[in-house]
Order: sequence, then structure tokens, then C-alpha cells
Amino acid sequence: MKDILNRLAEIVGEEHVSNQPEEIFYYARDPGLMPPHNPDYVVLPRTSEQVQKIVLLAKEEKIPLVPMGAGMALTGLIIPLKGGIVIDMKRMNRILEVNEKARYAIVEGGTSQGALKAYLEKHYPRLRHSVPDAPATATIAANVVIHGQGRLTQQYGFNSDMVSGLEVVLPSGKICKIGSSSLSSAWFSKGAPLPDLSGLFLGWFGTTGIITKVALKLYPRKRFRDVDVFVTDSEELVPEMVYELTHTEMAEDINVFSQPLPMIFKDNHHITIFITGDTDEELEFKRKMIWDALDPYIKSKDGGFMGVPPTMKPTFLDMPQRSVSRFADVKKGGGFEYSGPIILVEKYPQCTGKIRELASKYDLAYSAMARIIGRGHCMMFGFAFTFNRSDPGMMERTRKALSEVSEFVLEMGGVFWKPTVDEQKMALNKMDPNTLSILRMIKENLDPYGIMNPGNWEVA
Amino acid sequence: MYKLHFDENICKKCPTGDCLIKCQYLDIEKNQVKDEMVKIAQGKDSFVLEQCVTCYGCEEYCRRGNHPFYLITEKRDEKGILTSPRAITKQWINIGEPRGKYQLGEIKEKILSFGFMPEFLDMVKGKLFEDLMPSYVFGQEFFCNVVYLHFANTQIIKQRLPMVVENFRKLGVEEVVFMHDECYGAFSSLAPAYGIEVPFKPIHYFEYLYQRLKDLASDIKPLNINVAYQRPCSSRLSPDKHRYVPKIMNLIGANLVEREYQDENALCCGGIFAMDYGYSLAHDVQEKNLEDMVAHGAEYCVFNCPACQNTLGEKVRKRGLKPIHMVDLCRMALGETPKMEE
Repeated sequence: MKDILNRLAEIVGEEHVSNQPEEIFYYARDPGLMPPHNPDYVVLPRTSEQVQKIVLLAKEEKIPLVPMGAGMALTGLIIPLKGGIVIDMKRMNRILEVNEKARYAIVEGGTSQGALKAYLEKHYPRLRHSVPDAPATATIAANVVIHGQGRLTQQYGFNSDMVSGLEVVLPSGKICKIGSSSLSSAWFSKGAPLPDLSGLFLGWFGTTGIITKVALKLYPRKRFRDVDVFVTDSEELVPEMVYELTHTEMAEDINVFSQPLPMIFKDNHHITIFITGDTDEELEFKRKMIWDALDPYIKSKDGGFMGVPPTMKPTFLDMPQRSVSRFADVKKGGGFEYSGPIILVEKYPQCTGKIRELASKYDLAYSAMARIIGRGHCMMFGFAFTFNRSDPGMMERTRKALSEVSEFVLEMGGVFWKPTVDEQKMALNKMDPNTLSILRMIKENLDPYGIMNPGNWEVA
Repeated sequence: MYKLHFDENICKKCPTGDCLIKCQYLDIEKNQVKDEMVKIAQGKDSFVLEQCVTCYGCEEYCRRGNHPFYLITEKRDEKGILTSPRAITKQWINIGEPRGKYQLGEIKEKILSFGFMPEFLDMVKGKLFEDLMPSYVFGQEFFCNVVYLHFANTQIIKQRLPMVVENFRKLGVEEVVFMHDECYGAFSSLAPAYGIEVPFKPIHYFEYLYQRLKDLASDIKPLNINVAYQRPCSSRLSPDKHRYVPKIMNLIGANLVEREYQDENALCCGGIFAMDYGYSLAHDVQEKNLEDMVAHGAEYCVFNCPACQNTLGEKVRKRGLKPIHMVDLCRMALGETPKMEE
């Protein structure tokens, strides 16, 4: 054991490796409900080459490796289920390049969402990336690895769809470039027109390699941004309202939420529609298109735009949304966990019905929140519950409710997003066997010793 | 007892039909007015019940004290005719539900009521209020609920208003200065009309401001600015108090520009219109209103109702005018820094 510690210290320096209990305690868990498990070592590399050396060491010693961003997924994806080495990527936080005209940025694998957002606002005020509603410390690489979503998801799909290149350290120790960067200095595409190999890593939760660089597509940042909130008491109508809205192609982002508290939100479903523009005219044109698209529902009294007072607007416009943290403390004790399956928008009524049923059955406070992905192609529906961390009974009730959500999701034809280990097993059991065999082939070939984030996507 | 009764006979003898002829949102011929109003009074259907946008204007246009707006509202309520989308109505009813989270200042015999408008918590301060503050109430428990006239839901007003009156009674106050027309209207006319005894003297804040400004006359530095005044719908419930607007402007040296859409001819801020009827009506009315302010050289747009200010404030600013509440304007004349500039 001492030998491994020393060899890691030789790679990254003594101050960036630890097996001390206080650090082991911290890296054994994430903020969600999954049970902790201790790693043996924690290491913080600074370069791709250091990551490469750590992988080669782990390969030689057959030690599990768990790459970690900020550990914000909540579903235990960075909990070292079989011990080993947690590779905390946070020191690899440099923004390496911004190609303004081609609208992409290349960042290191531990660069946070907040760092890129701030950097662009300062140096490239006409560019932005798709900021997820996660804490600003969440990393870009981890977000695309879990197929995260963000503020531009309704326009451009999952955040992982916005990747335009990767650098990955393979379990073999090779450093591999994915996309146009494999034969050019320009990182404008993760695949096309070549075979798209990014799928060997995106969605795999670090079980096939460690992402050390990400190129991310950037998009125009308009001068003005505003929000309107359409309110309806008819959940059955939400899917067709979303259909009409997405047809306009005028919105930056579309979310839907319903929750019983505070009272202003009780009994209704709220479609929050974000719009952007470089001029008042552009903003107003988009607003009119959106309002007119929903006008039939106003006429039929099935819905209407609520007045959003100026004091409330900053909360809606916050990017990332910080109101989640307030929800997380409704029951005091700061517990928050959600299951966010990717599912058809037409399933919205069933999903809201289910969360109400579970909240009542398990006596939990809830918030239902959906983010529209693409032009209504699907949505992430968040079954979110808040609990008191000092109340084991409440935590257990939350676990049971989320477990029921998992069963429900599969019944509804949904697919788990950033699934827990148990959900991964459920997904693999249900998956087409031929698809499963491809996954197995990939995993066995890339990670023959099974050292990469073991316990996750265990197909081999 | 004060009544908000509609008398068919008074209506039938009306030579003008002003209540609906003057309506800025309804398209009706003079010879139709009496027929429609009588039909409504008799419980029959009328297109007016479907098309009234709840600007409250007819309540003032009718010079014969016949309360056409209350009649329309009551009949809509009886017939279950929605003015707003269901969800918006629910939202507003939920917002106003007492939750035991009210705020009480240091209660004296005379108090200020902020209703359920948090804007006043920051705004009401300085010399104008030094004789009263911090004697105030705020919260749903002291919220008049008159806004539900916009939703044609008098039931909720009748249900909650007695509880609100009781809450005031428990405080043992003798005079209440209301910072909003609806609240003043609730306790000066609506409650008595519903047979609810009001155990204190309601005072409109315009009246209070006017008296205080006279007391502080030596401290006033004339503003010498051109202002447009955005009259709120609820001002129609107590039109006699609207007369304080030019009097206050005179005291503080603000020139109230003579524009088309003022006084009886005032236009709605559009907030309710947007919620109830969508983009076009609200947008068109707001554009007409803003154009009128600009065309007549206003530098400031003065608001009486915080909800109007929330709706129009930013739009006013984009036209180059400064949005300001009446309280802030008066404070500015006393050399104090208005909330908007803090």
C-alpha cells in the first residue's frame, strides 16, 4: 500500500495524493442517498500525462480507478464501489483555447461550468455555452459524460450533443484524440465526417476512459434575456402546449414545473419560457410569437401567462438556477435527491400524477420539474424530493419513493438519466440483447481488466 | 347602509349610456346599452358579460351611482363566467390565502396598511411617515381581496373580507391609512355594502400624503418636472380620491402633463389584460398609453399602484421616462432619495 502511495506521489507530488481518513471520508460519498464506500487513495493530477501515468500504474497493479469531477451527479456515480484510486480532476481546470469564429472552446477535464461561463463573459461576451442547472463547480467533462442538459438544450439537444472533440486517456494508458482533432489542430467536430467514436466515452461514466480535454460548441450570447411563465391547471394539455411552443423555434429554453409550495405555485403547472435577443425588437418579436402560439389556450381559459414581478424575475433568470438549493432545505437538513429519466413529453401527465402519488404515499415534499430536450423530442422529468439528513426515516422513505420511480420509468418507456448502479442493472436487464452484446464488446476490449469505475455499467 | 345596488329603473331613464359608451374596450352602440344592462340585471345573457375586461371604468362613468361594474361582476360570478384562465384565478386565490405570516409593526391607534404589497415595506419611510411608522400591518391577514373583482369572484371577497376586518378589529386601531385604492375601497364602500361593520376610519393615502406635504411645506423643493400619471383601475372605486393627484402635484411642483389618457379617460396598465386576454390587447393598450406619455413630454411616469409599476415600469424606462411611485415622488420633493435610486 505504501508503495502505491509513493508511486502516486512521484507522479503528482506528495501534496496531491492522500490516503488520510479525512480525505477518504470525503471521497467515499456524494451528496445524494447512495451508501458511501471508501477509496484507498485520492489523487489530483495536473496534466494528461500524469493521468496517463496513474492509469498505467493502476493497470499494472489492477487497482480500480474512479474519475471524478465535482461529484454532483447525486446518484453515486463517483462513489468508489470497489475501492481503489479516486482521480479528482479539479486541478486540470485550464481553458486552453477559444475559437471565436468557429464558436468552440477547448477545456481541460476538470474545468468547471462556472469557470468557463465567467471566462466567456469576460473575454468573449458574444459567446456562451449550455450552462446546466447544477452548482457552478460542476465540471464540463462530467456533465457531458452523464449526457447532462443545460440552458441551450431545447435548441441543441443534450449538452453531450454539443461536444466537438475529446482527449481521452484509455484504460490501456494511451492518450487518444476523438473527432476532427485526431487529424487536425481544429476541434470543430466530435465525429462527422469521420466515424463518431465519442460514443465510446459519452454516457459511460468513466468506465471506458478518462476524459482529459473537452471541446465544447459555443453559441451566440444575446444582449437581453427574459422569461415568461405560462400557467395551466390542466396537466393533460402540457404536452400539446410544449408542442406549440417548440414549433415557434423562438425559445432559448423551456422548462415545466409543478410543486405544492409556495402557495403561488400550488395547483398549477408552470411552463417557463426563456427568450433572448440583441434588441428589444428581437425580444418582443419572439415574445409575440410565443404568446400567440398559446393564445388558443388563453381564449379557452385553459391557461394564461402569469405576471412575473420584477423581484421574481432574477430567480427565474438565474443561471444556473439556485432556487433548487432553497427547495433542498424545505424540510431542513439540506437533503435533496431526484430521479430524472429521459422520457417522451407526452408522458408529462403520468409523471406528475406519479410524483403526487409518491409524495402522498411516503409523506414527502416534492417538486416536479421537466426540461424540454430538443424541439420536444423528449424531456428530462425530475422526480425531486427533499429530506432531512438527520432523519433516517425520511431518508428511507425517499429511497423507497425513488425506487418506485425507477420501476415506473421503465413502464412508461423512459430511459434512466445518470442512473444509480441499481438502475443501470435494470436498464441492462431490459436492453435488447444484441445492443448489450455491443456494449460488452466495447467494454471488454477497452477495459479488459475491469479497472475503470467498476460497479458501473457492468456488462462484462 | 351603503349599497352597491344596481337599479334597473335608473338605468332605463339614463339619457347617455355612459357606462358602456365610454368604455374603451367594448364596442357597443348607444341604443344597445340600456338593453344589455337591463338584460344583465335580469339575469339574462349578454355579450357584455363575456367581453368586459374588468377595467372598473364604468363604475366611474356612471354618474347616477348605479354601480354597473359591481352588477356585471356579480352576474358573472353567478353564471360562472370566467374572466381569467382557471389557473391564473387559482394562483391569485392561493396567493391571498392567509398563512399566518403577516407582519405587525409597533401598532398605535392610527396605522398604515400595506395590504399584501411588499413594495411598501421598503418604500414607506422618511419625513412623510415619521409620525406613523413603524405603526403598520402587512400580509394576507390584512389583504382586502378586492383584486378578485378582476376574476369575477365576489364569493372569495365575501368570505375573506369579514376575517380581515376582524383582524383589524383585534388590533384595536381607530384609523387606518391604506396604501392602495383597492384596500381603501374595500373598507370605505365594499365592506359596508356587504353588511360588514368597519370598526375604524379608513383613510386613503393620497389624503394622508396631501396633509403631510402641507405640514412639511417649508421643506419642499419644487421638482419642476413633467410627469404623466398612470391611474390604476381600482382608483375608479373611489374617484373622489383621484382629485388629490393634481393637488399633490401642485404642492411638490410637478407639472402633470395634459395628455389624452388621463383622469376619466385613463388606460389600464395592461397587467390584467395580459394575464386574461393574451398579447394583443395588453400590447396595444400599453403602446397607446406610452406613446401618449412620450408625446406630451412627460419625463416621469408616476404610479399609484405597485402592480401597475411592476407591469409598466420597465416599458416606461425603455421609452426614456423614469418610473416612480407617488410616495417616492413626494419623498423626492422633500430632498429624500427615492427607492428607485437607492
